Amino acid sequence: MSRHTLSVLVEDKPGVLTRVASLFARRAFNINSLAVGPTEVPGISRMTVVVDADGDLIEQVTKQLNKLVNVIKIVELTSESSVQRDHILVKVRADAATRLQVTQAADLFRASVVDVSTDSVVIEATGHPEKLTALLSVLEPFGIREIVQSGTLAVGRGSRSMSDRALRSA
Amino acid sequence: MSKGSPISPSLMASKSAGAAKAPERVDKPAEAGVDTAAAASPVLGPNNVVPPTVMTGSEAIVRSLEELGVDDIFGLPGGAILPTYDPLMASKMNHVLVRHEQGAGHAAQGYAMVTGRVGVCIATSGPGATNLVTAIMDAHMDSVPLVAITGQVSSGVIGTDAFQEADIVGITMPITKHSFLVTDPNDIPHVMAEAFHLASTGRPGPVLVDVAKDAQQGQMTFSWPPKIDLPGYRPVVRGHNKQVREAAKLISAASKPVLYVGGGVSKAHASAELRELAELTGAPVVTTLMARGVFPDSHPQHVGMPGMHGTVSAVTALQQADLLVTLGARFDDRVTGVLKTFAPNAKVIHADIDPAEISKNRTADVPIVGSVKEIIPELTEAVRTQFGTSGTPDLANWWAFLNNLKETYPLGWTEPEDGLSAPQRVIERIGALTGPEGIYVAGVGQHQMWAAQFIKYERPHAWLNSGGAGTMGYAVPAAMGAKVGEPDRVVWAIDGDGCFQMTNQELATCAINNIPIKVAVINNSSLGMVRQWQTLFYEGRYSNTDLNTGHETIRIPDFVKLGEAYGCASFRCERDEDIDATIQKALEINDRPVVIDFVVSPDSMVWPMVPAGVSNDQIQVARNMTPEWEEED
Repeated sequence: MSRHTLSVLVEDKPGVLTRVASLFARRAFNINSLAVGPTEVPGISRMTVVVDADGDLIEQVTKQLNKLVNVIKIVELTSESSVQRDHILVKVRADAATRLQVTQAADLFRASVVDVSTDSVVIEATGHPEKLTALLSVLEPFGIREIVQSGTLAVGRGSRSMSDRALRSA
Repeated sequence: MSKGSPISPSLMASKSAGAAKAPERVDKPAEAGVDTAAAASPVLGPNNVVPPTVMTGSEAIVRSLEELGVDDIFGLPGGAILPTYDPLMASKMNHVLVRHEQGAGHAAQGYAMVTGRVGVCIATSGPGATNLVTAIMDAHMDSVPLVAITGQVSSGVIGTDAFQEADIVGITMPITKHSFLVTDPNDIPHVMAEAFHLASTGRPGPVLVDVAKDAQQGQMTFSWPPKIDLPGYRPVVRGHNKQVREAAKLISAASKPVLYVGGGVSKAHASAELRELAELTGAPVVTTLMARGVFPDSHPQHVGMPGMHGTVSAVTALQQADLLVTLGARFDDRVTGVLKTFAPNAKVIHADIDPAEISKNRTADVPIVGSVKEIIPELTEAVRTQFGTSGTPDLANWWAFLNNLKETYPLGWTEPEDGLSAPQRVIERIGALTGPEGIYVAGVGQHQMWAAQFIKYERPHAWLNSGGAGTMGYAVPAAMGAKVGEPDRVVWAIDGDGCFQMTNQELATCAINNIPIKVAVINNSSLGMVRQWQTLFYEGRYSNTDLNTGHETIRIPDFVKLGEAYGCASFRCERDEDIDATIQKALEINDRPVVIDFVVSPDSMVWPMVPAGVSNDQIQVARNMTPEWEEED
């Protein structure tokens, strides 16, 4: 099983997320992460779906997704030809004695402290999933209270625009 | 993957004359209203131009159906769809009031299967809508163009568990090609046009239109034709030229080719094209359960139906082939048996309009995405050219092998030991006395397999059954729909005693609306196919398969009395010598439905059979009897 990142342009219509999610469930495809948001084109949303699947299965995933009427275009983004980022918010135990160590650890990962209380801080970080895993392992000894993580966001490198091309050909 | 050339409905819409004229249409007086847009319009029907007219959402639903060219609708009203039934009363469209919504769904399927047009069914919200679910799923599995219109509670109370509220869009999401929830009456014309476009193009399928009650009651401005806006829907119709030439090369190089023909050829109305390709290549043809009649049974190149209950010649042809020319078929598990051992030495050409079917179960060597209606003639031309340069392949050895199998293992049956009639004989006689112009609609089970085996199909759209879904109870309502679609043909529902008890209330619909179908209940007093498996695989422990409807039982219900109660001519036939006369009597009655209770042996079994979970090479022609294979295997 290998990991694949699919960028999916969809019409921003009610139920489209359900259609995509239920298709994955119904066909027993495994979603690793999913992120949805608006694009530069009104009425068009973009989903980034990370799937664990081997070669034949990923072809079937994209074909089945393509059959959904609200799906406009699907592109698989490889890690070499795209920028892929996750976003994380971590609440870490940090009192007066450890706070400095925690914030220094965050600095090393270019993460920022976005909330401070007497016994905790909230750290915000963006990066490749591996970098975030490394950050978490550094923060672990201080005591992690909560983790909130987004799905992966991915965009192709270079000047070409996926939605631009998709809408011209549609 | 071959991409072919995409057909974009949105492009077509913007290019079509109808859409281009859109601004003009506003200025036209209402009386001048009839003008037609280009034939290329994705909006079904004549594309009459209707200038903006104020009406209710309900009137817009009815008007849209009329503009889309709908003649017949099957349905049953209820609270949330009530507003739409009012203008429907004044419409010239024929609405058939069913007795159960599932009947409306299957009737619309039967109608679509024989006419090639979109079948339409209507139900109310909640239980009305959920009663359609089985038929929608059936249409999804067998790619039947169906539009289901359901009422929904008013938009203000959606999500509050209101009376008769069900999330039917959510419930049917995995079993529809697409679905719409309409809460604004102004959306009705384009949603209806889009629903019909989606249902009938590409790989056909069911589309649900769920309309909130307040959208039916609200005022809107109706104009026609609407603009279809489906940027994500671009079915590929034309096959890729290079792939077609590759396919022709494989055909010309093959010494054991088989045309593996599925229901897609029936849906695409490509029988004539198929015949030309078959006769040019000289290759044997197998027709799947969904494709019976697409290629004439009497044609010498027809080697039978493949699959779990296929003929030895058809199953073996696929197993031994060096090339499968797969046309509108999908390598269903009932055809392939254990996939790994299916046609182990064959290369695969796979032509299908749904790219997701290609290489789903069996990897294709030459994939061709597109309509078989377009692909088959192109392939025929490419093969003709290829044969011109490399010569016509010699298939004499292949045919000698297959013809020997056809002669050695013809379809047949053994007489039951209990003295009751053989169900196969009853079905064979119905086919023989009615002929190939009739329409035969089966339920699901043993009688379905026998009807697929022992009736000779010579034309497409003469054989209807629930193939993918295996829906017991399909026969009576689907036959009703078929008879509405083709009123001049004799329509037989060949049903089992189990199936018949699931949907026989539609006999009331048939009797009252003058839809004179003929129902042959193949009454073996049991859930026969399940019983057969219990005989073969569960040491004859008949757990819950005895229905007590047959010979020497309490006969509940008595099918003759039941038929009479529904206003049908009803007969019972218990002896071989009465079979022909009873069928003749039924064929002579055309003023009301006919029900015949054919009392048959519960011990008859469907043969040949490939038991589940084994290779097709293990096909049995009778219990524990496997053909002896020639050495060349």
